[in-house]
Amino acid sequence: MELKPLHIVNTQLIDGDTPRPGSLLAVDGRIAALDPTDIPDGTETVDARGQWLAPGIIDLGVFATDKPAFHFGGITRAALMPDSGPLDGAGLVERAAKGGKPDLWVHPLAAATKGLEGRELAEIGLMKQAGARAVATGRARIADSGVMRRVLSYAASLGLVTIIHAEDEGLTAGAVATDGEMATRLGLASAPAIAEAMAIARDLALVEETGAPVHFRQVTTARGLDLIRAAKAKGLPVLCGITPAHLLLSDTAIGDFRTFARLSPPLRSEDDRHACLAAIKDGTIDILSSGHDPRGPEDKRLPFAEAQPGMAGAETLLALGLGLVRDGHISPGRLFELLAATPACLLGVDAGKLAPGKEADLILVDDGTPWQVDAKKMAAWAGNTPFDGMPVQGRATMMWKGGVRIR
Amino acid sequence: MTNSTTRPASDYPPGGDAFRHRHLTGIAPLTPWEISYVLDAAEEWVELNRSGAAKHDDRLAGLTIINAFFENSTRTLLSFEIAGKRLGADVVNMHAAQSSVKKGETLIDTAMTLNAMRADAIVIRHASSGAVQLIADKVDCPVLNAGDGRHEHPTQALLDALTIRRRLGRVEGLTIAICGDVLHSRVARSNILALTLLGNEVRVVAPPTLTPPAMERMHVTSFTDMDEGIRDADVVMMLRLQNERMDGAYLPSAREYHALYGLTPKRLEKAKPDAIVMHPGPMNRGVEIDSSIADDPARSTITEQVEMGVAVRMACLDILTRRQRGVPGWN
Repeated sequence: MELKPLHIVNTQLIDGDTPRPGSLLAVDGRIAALDPTDIPDGTETVDARGQWLAPGIIDLGVFATDKPAFHFGGITRAALMPDSGPLDGAGLVERAAKGGKPDLWVHPLAAATKGLEGRELAEIGLMKQAGARAVATGRARIADSGVMRRVLSYAASLGLVTIIHAEDEGLTAGAVATDGEMATRLGLASAPAIAEAMAIARDLALVEETGAPVHFRQVTTARGLDLIRAAKAKGLPVLCGITPAHLLLSDTAIGDFRTFARLSPPLRSEDDRHACLAAIKDGTIDILSSGHDPRGPEDKRLPFAEAQPGMAGAETLLALGLGLVRDGHISPGRLFELLAATPACLLGVDAGKLAPGKEADLILVDDGTPWQVDAKKMAAWAGNTPFDGMPVQGRATMMWKGGVRIR
Repeated sequence: MTNSTTRPASDYPPGGDAFRHRHLTGIAPLTPWEISYVLDAAEEWVELNRSGAAKHDDRLAGLTIINAFFENSTRTLLSFEIAGKRLGADVVNMHAAQSSVKKGETLIDTAMTLNAMRADAIVIRHASSGAVQLIADKVDCPVLNAGDGRHEHPTQALLDALTIRRRLGRVEGLTIAICGDVLHSRVARSNILALTLLGNEVRVVAPPTLTPPAMERMHVTSFTDMDEGIRDADVVMMLRLQNERMDGAYLPSAREYHALYGLTPKRLEKAKPDAIVMHPGPMNRGVEIDSSIADDPARSTITEQVEMGVAVRMACLDILTRRQRGVPGWN
């Protein structure tokens, strides 16, 4: 079937800092023009009734290909972490890349080392040929500095960014929470928050040495963010990200041993949470992602320390991001830089922006409708959200991938 | 100073308002008067237990109490078993060694199984913090925490408070030093909560490697120097040091620990002259405590603590089953 041109009218375009009235024309799966004057024959017209038109969300670093959740959340592209598998060979990467077809882009991230064991380089070059868009160290960092240095320079030579998990494994061994009153009261093994800054410091030194571009997937502490800020000021090729959980929750959320709030890295102190909010405001944080990691009761209905870390975040990502806008931390335009433009840039995909020539991965966003997060009624295959019961506002109402309506 | 920890029973609100909880998962949810209420109730059982041959009270006759111990224990299990039997309940012990009860759903499944057997109270010990709360949320009968991970061991704190109150006449306004492996100790956490709540100055004396973070937020003062920490203390409460902590990971060796943190007669001179010495047992003689102190009846309360343990557990089982038994006022 031939793809009809698509004209979305009566919309608020998110192509600058604030939404502006306008319309968008997509032809052959790509954005042809904003506010077009010539409309080709046979164009399908969609009346957005004043809703926001934004680039589809590119969720960087998910742990499962969970299409219903991504579609609910307005996510058109998901960069899949290499942990399940692990994705350390070209065949596995190729299969993972096809996992979302036809209505979701899955961009696999190549395991940095064989079996993600942190010892031997994986076949990063072959995985790139098979469709891997970046390299990732997985849920843990690479402990051996020599291996890490080789990974960084090798990935850089292939033009790939290395996505890093930053926690010092010596300090965090056995820990399930951050040092503090909460962990002490609950009797949970905990690690100091500086475990993050120490890991970041080492890797920044390696970046300075090798010139390799890196992305710290989650930076969640004041000291970690200070290091990133300083590195950026020096001009190092460094990006960093965060999930809404560390912006909106502190370690008090683990009270009553709520395993849905067991995350990796663990929730931090209230001071660190405020530092994260400041960093998203001042531009230190580049990417907002869901960290989507659905976990069933077999992983979560357990004593806290035995439960697996992770949260199902894909469905709440957009609404919680809109909450940051409503609270005055960021502008709408900046939200979609965090959610789409910067991840697209990192992955090297031609999307993530409302600009002529980009792929027509689009979402309509109703930024006002209130709804309540309900762990029992999630589209994700498990409802492990730490935001259960939270009232939020805004959701994606329509989605297009390459100009084709998928929701 | 009002003596809030020794008040007559008439001071308490009638019926269930005196102790409003369905479970005993920890000290944290309790109020000071609820602690006092349990201690006062336990006093009666101390008398019964000392009353010679017939130690039976049949108020729990026909009730089934299951002691589900997912972690090895001798004295706590025995203490709960005796407490239940002295009240006339049918007591069943379930030893589930960690190896046979696998992780995961099995813990909740086991809880549901016990629940389906219509237990009237379940006593649980488990190696993971929060495990008892997890089970308490799923079953219909009262759940008593007999120790969960490093989180809480409420009956131990209650029996310690009762022991102090009987020995020193009060358990408020005292200076109490808790010494040893505080980091891994549920006994320490429950005692810190109970003793600060009752209005005592609580100190924690431990090597830095065994001191939990954010201690000041628990309203206690931390010491790393044992002599400083126990200076002028009314109570010196020793904790057991697990053998596996002494292998170099947390401490260099047992003998170094003894040299720096062992309770010797000379060190004890720093405390008040009539200070009492407590230990939850089992003791590592010659490591955390010298035998001459442990065996000195004027200072050591170790056997009294065991005795109070049975009385406190009888009081807890009695109070928590009053709703099922239809005791007037306890709906």
